[in-house]
Amino acid sequence: MSQPDRPGRERHVNWRAIHTLALRDLRIVTRSKAVMLPMLIVPLIFVVAIPAAVGFFAPQMAAGGELDDFAQFLEMMPASMRQRFAGYDEAQIIVVAVLEHLFAPMFLIIPLMVASTIAAGSFVGEKERKTLEALLHTPTTDTELFLGKLLASWIPAFLVGLGAFVLYAVVVNASGWRVMGGIFFPNAMWVALVLWLAPAAAGLGMGVIILISSRVSTFQDAYQLGGMVVIPVLLLVLGQMAGVLYLNVLAVMLLGLFLWVIDAGILWFAIRTFKRSEIIARL
Amino acid sequence: MTTYPSDDFAIHTEDLSRMFGDPSGGEGVVAVDQLTLDVRRGEVFGFLGHNGAGKTTTVRLLNGVLAPTGGRMRVLGYDPVEDGALLRRYTGVLTETPSLDEQLSGRENLAIYARLYGVPEAAVEGRVRELLEEFGLDARATDLVGGYSRGMKQRLALARTLLHRPTLIFLDEPTAGLDPVATRRVHELVTRLSRRGGRTIFLCTHNLMEAQRLCHRVAVIEHGRLVAMGTPEDLARDLRHGVRLQVELEACDPDALPLPSDARDVHWDAEANVLSLWVPQRAAIPDLVASLVAAGCRVYRVAPEEPTLEDVYFALHEGAAGRAKREPEGATGKEPVP
Repeated sequence: MSQPDRPGRERHVNWRAIHTLALRDLRIVTRSKAVMLPMLIVPLIFVVAIPAAVGFFAPQMAAGGELDDFAQFLEMMPASMRQRFAGYDEAQIIVVAVLEHLFAPMFLIIPLMVASTIAAGSFVGEKERKTLEALLHTPTTDTELFLGKLLASWIPAFLVGLGAFVLYAVVVNASGWRVMGGIFFPNAMWVALVLWLAPAAAGLGMGVIILISSRVSTFQDAYQLGGMVVIPVLLLVLGQMAGVLYLNVLAVMLLGLFLWVIDAGILWFAIRTFKRSEIIARL
Repeated sequence: MTTYPSDDFAIHTEDLSRMFGDPSGGEGVVAVDQLTLDVRRGEVFGFLGHNGAGKTTTVRLLNGVLAPTGGRMRVLGYDPVEDGALLRRYTGVLTETPSLDEQLSGRENLAIYARLYGVPEAAVEGRVRELLEEFGLDARATDLVGGYSRGMKQRLALARTLLHRPTLIFLDEPTAGLDPVATRRVHELVTRLSRRGGRTIFLCTHNLMEAQRLCHRVAVIEHGRLVAMGTPEDLARDLRHGVRLQVELEACDPDALPLPSDARDVHWDAEANVLSLWVPQRAAIPDLVASLVAAGCRVYRVAPEEPTLEDVYFALHEGAAGRAKREPEGATGKEPVP
């Protein structure tokens, strides 16, 4: 290689390096059973097992008086949303209330969990595997390293979320066919949720966890501290169950916008504070 | 055009320092302490020191992945603090541990790093294949690195260091844990890179034979401080004036031997009939032999031994240990360099 040119600090972001870093992390993650199994099993429970059970057993649940549990939820629902239930029998109300409404915020957990698991391993995991030092000695900038790690978590989170949504739609329509008499899912709110709000939530969780994981010593520390980002989602679930908050297209779009703004703020902060010098000093 | 004082040197540092922890709280640890050195372009420069002496920290500083807490440096004309990413395009680092992704194959590891080091996409596959062959790893190229032996991992890490044909190569303990055959291959590689490639090699090691064999010049650090720098021969001459002699004699009374008054470290091995001693200069050897013969001793063999880097290193280490005892803890005065 020829001798270096004189120093010039202006340098474009090297997207090839970012792409390489993200693909590298993805390849490593997909070869780790310890990471992949929980990432697949938990979504399968949420996406297949529980909705299938609700769809199949809705008539029995209706006969057993389970609808009373949803009374407050339905009573406090805005009139415009309550129209959706007009003309439905009790089993149909249970199917739509549970699978279309109550499950909506829980669906944010899947991309958040995928993003968190990968992100928690992104730096601390590398420290534990002793693979970080060689990476820090490459010509990548701190920004490129951060963006590479970010995409390695965000892309699978988005894709798993999308895949889970398609699977969920199939399972919900199949299991609810007997009760609903046809395809009833998804609606516009769910499309907005999966394509707009869930990626923003994944971005939030992962940005926080990458910031944490570059500052703590073990994968467990990162994962446990990062687990706190699930709390807002749980509040959303509780809020909806208690009849305080109802997700419709407008609410999802506004909530998504709010999270994207926070994501942008975290990204801005992270890029300015993410220093390999501080990371290597902790090795 | 701006001129850079270190353009004749691959590496130039002045009072380079790095402290960890909080110095104000009395808990700071000085890893590199006012290090001043020059490494010429094209030379193999040995950086000697015990584990924890500050070698790895120095490499991290010089390659711009760790910020110094004091001093200045230029590496290949760049300031590593400001232009670390640019500098690292032209440097290759073999880290102390191989630092390989064990869930990936040898080929995947190299291809990923080739792209991270900016090797053009069209050249990646060829460069990877060439290095796998050169390091004898082509037969296991598609196996996961987790199944490689220690020697294979070290070879793969070395191959990774050379992917982008760097101008300056940092090798941090390249032969640690390797068997003699693998060690020899690494030594041959270093020699080849230096002679044919004209690359500058910064070799961190505590293997003194390795340093003596491979390095044009060496620096010795203790507790982050530079305690000596020069060619192995110069250091040996400066520090251990004189020559060590092995003299094989016919059985005789050692107390009756006519030895020069300035001979040191005299030792008589009664079983082998070998006298070993230090004399101040080579010129003393003929006189010693003449006086032994004149005294009736039959001399079978006289073998002068130049002091080795090992002699130098231990002499320096004993000196540093003595200074550490005399100095209060935390003293940071700069050591004179012999």
